[in-house]
Amino acid sequence: MSADTVVRPRRNTLRPVWEEQPSLLGQFGKGTILTLVVAVVVVPLWVVVVTSLSSEKTINDAGGYVFLPREFNPSAYVVIFSGGQITDAILVSTIVTLAGTALSLVVTVLAAYGLSRPGTLGHRPILFYFLLTFLIYPGMIPSYLVVTGLGLKDNLLSLILPTAISAFNLVVLRAFFMSIPGELYDSARMDGAGELRILTRIVLPLSKAVTAVVGLFYAVGYWNAFFNAILYIDRNDLQPVQRVLQQFILAGQSPASSGASVAIPGLGSTVPPSLAIKMAVVVVTVVPALIIYPFVQRHFTKGVIIGAVKG
Amino acid sequence: MSAPPVAAEPQVAVKKAKKKVKVVSRQQLSFGQRLRRDWPLLLMCFPAMALLLVFHYIPALGNIIAFQDYNPFVGDNPLEAFLYSEWIGFGNFEYLFKTSAFWDSVITTLSITAFQLVFYFPIPIALAVLLNSVLSPRIRSLVQSVVYLPHFFSWVLVVSLFQMMLGGAGLLAQTLRQAGYTPPEIMTNPDTFMFLITSQAIWKDAGWGMIVFLAALAAIDPSLYEAAAADGAGRWRRMWHITLPGLRSVIVLLLILRLGDALNVGFEQFVLQREMVGREAAEVVDTYVYYQGIAVQQWGVGAAAGLFKAAVGILLIVGANKLAHRFGEQGIYSKR
Repeated sequence: MSADTVVRPRRNTLRPVWEEQPSLLGQFGKGTILTLVVAVVVVPLWVVVVTSLSSEKTINDAGGYVFLPREFNPSAYVVIFSGGQITDAILVSTIVTLAGTALSLVVTVLAAYGLSRPGTLGHRPILFYFLLTFLIYPGMIPSYLVVTGLGLKDNLLSLILPTAISAFNLVVLRAFFMSIPGELYDSARMDGAGELRILTRIVLPLSKAVTAVVGLFYAVGYWNAFFNAILYIDRNDLQPVQRVLQQFILAGQSPASSGASVAIPGLGSTVPPSLAIKMAVVVVTVVPALIIYPFVQRHFTKGVIIGAVKG
Repeated sequence: MSAPPVAAEPQVAVKKAKKKVKVVSRQQLSFGQRLRRDWPLLLMCFPAMALLLVFHYIPALGNIIAFQDYNPFVGDNPLEAFLYSEWIGFGNFEYLFKTSAFWDSVITTLSITAFQLVFYFPIPIALAVLLNSVLSPRIRSLVQSVVYLPHFFSWVLVVSLFQMMLGGAGLLAQTLRQAGYTPPEIMTNPDTFMFLITSQAIWKDAGWGMIVFLAALAAIDPSLYEAAAADGAGRWRRMWHITLPGLRSVIVLLLILRLGDALNVGFEQFVLQREMVGREAAEVVDTYVYYQGIAVQQWGVGAAAGLFKAAVGILLIVGANKLAHRFGEQGIYSKR
């Protein structure tokens, strides 16, 4: 009797009263499917991380990839961070991501705010100008000619400027700015605030969550930049992380043997990099996403749905 | 009892009056006055507009070179080269339409789209319905965080992970070999390439694709379920008569978008694996444009292929939207 009264309220908050008891088979089936789905994502990442932290001997004993961790051996990370092509690539990607995200956020927030007040002079044609980019898109060849024509070949700006603004993110931000009550704008203007001050003091603090999501979208885009690097970056020391990953894992090339790059200290230029080092590179390309993700993740649904519904 | 309406009425009146005053004053302002009032806002739009002009609209206009025998060496820069290059009308298109390699790439692209419509499209829907039926919020948010994650990985990373798990030296092959079996060729087999890229796409984006459906499911009124249950509808009938109709408009919208993107199956995924499985299986329109235009330097032909793709894309999206209207759905834009 007493056990019943303890359990019931909790159950009622989970399941509506009219819902019948879940069947055992159904519960089991759902559980299995969801576990499988989660495992399919988690297991590869797990194997990569564990292998990257294993010593050469453990890897040889396992015959390749390591599943069960036996030691904590960060030497692979020491190697990739102590100079050479991989360190360069990490630096390049970090710079591009930080600078690019900052530029994109500033430009997008300004434009989204500028368009967020209906009735502004010329706001309809300007909005149309932005929305048209969804329909008309530049071909690969003309883009290539324009970027190289501007002299941006082998310049990190070529990884930033062409993708600096996305109309989708602009629409998401604008929709959110428009949902802020107009009285707030009015009262600020009464107090003598200019547009820039309203933006930084009132609008931005109210829209931290959406701005964070948009920032994550931009940052991920810059960090993952691969195709623009194929097109515009030939120099070895300016390659971003994704290019190194491709050369390394998919093309099976060792950075030590690739032309101008510096030999990896402690390995010598002839020794091919071990599996642990390869896996450490993989981990490095995943980690930034893993770090920002938890902070932004809870805002996803909000940000994405505003964009989808009001766009 | 009568107090609330009385209190509410003046408020409404004030609001209306306020709005009217605003609209009238705005209409009375002259162009110069409006400019003086709005110039900071216009200035704020300027950087974004300039970026799009240079890196979006000018290249879009640059598609004109599809009608030229573009030669980058007749001038000092692309603009001069454009001005001095010879106009050849539809020559590039004629060349393109006579080339079997181009049609092969179109057919590959379309069959990939068709394949993915059948085997990929329903998965986010099923996943969303399944997850929505899980009652514990903790498990739900845990699963969500995990399946969203791969969306933020680059294609290089996704293909690398597949290579490491399923490739010739990967985890699966390693395990099979230790158990005494010969591992199958998964990453390099052109015959099963379609399955491979679809499972990669599912791994990367099915979880993320679920987000829209989850939102639509959350918007369904729970009392509908309760009413149906009261009328004796079991679990499956409720799903069939309430859950799925609730998703209908979102499904149609996403189908349209997918159709409009029929020639857009993604580029990096194919560039990365073209070497591994060979050109026949992995040449899509985008990779054709890239290799014709930039690697072989037939700029005009590459641009023509890109323009063809864009034009077909617009036709498809407009057509699919018409179709949606015929089915009585809203589509992307309502017809009015």
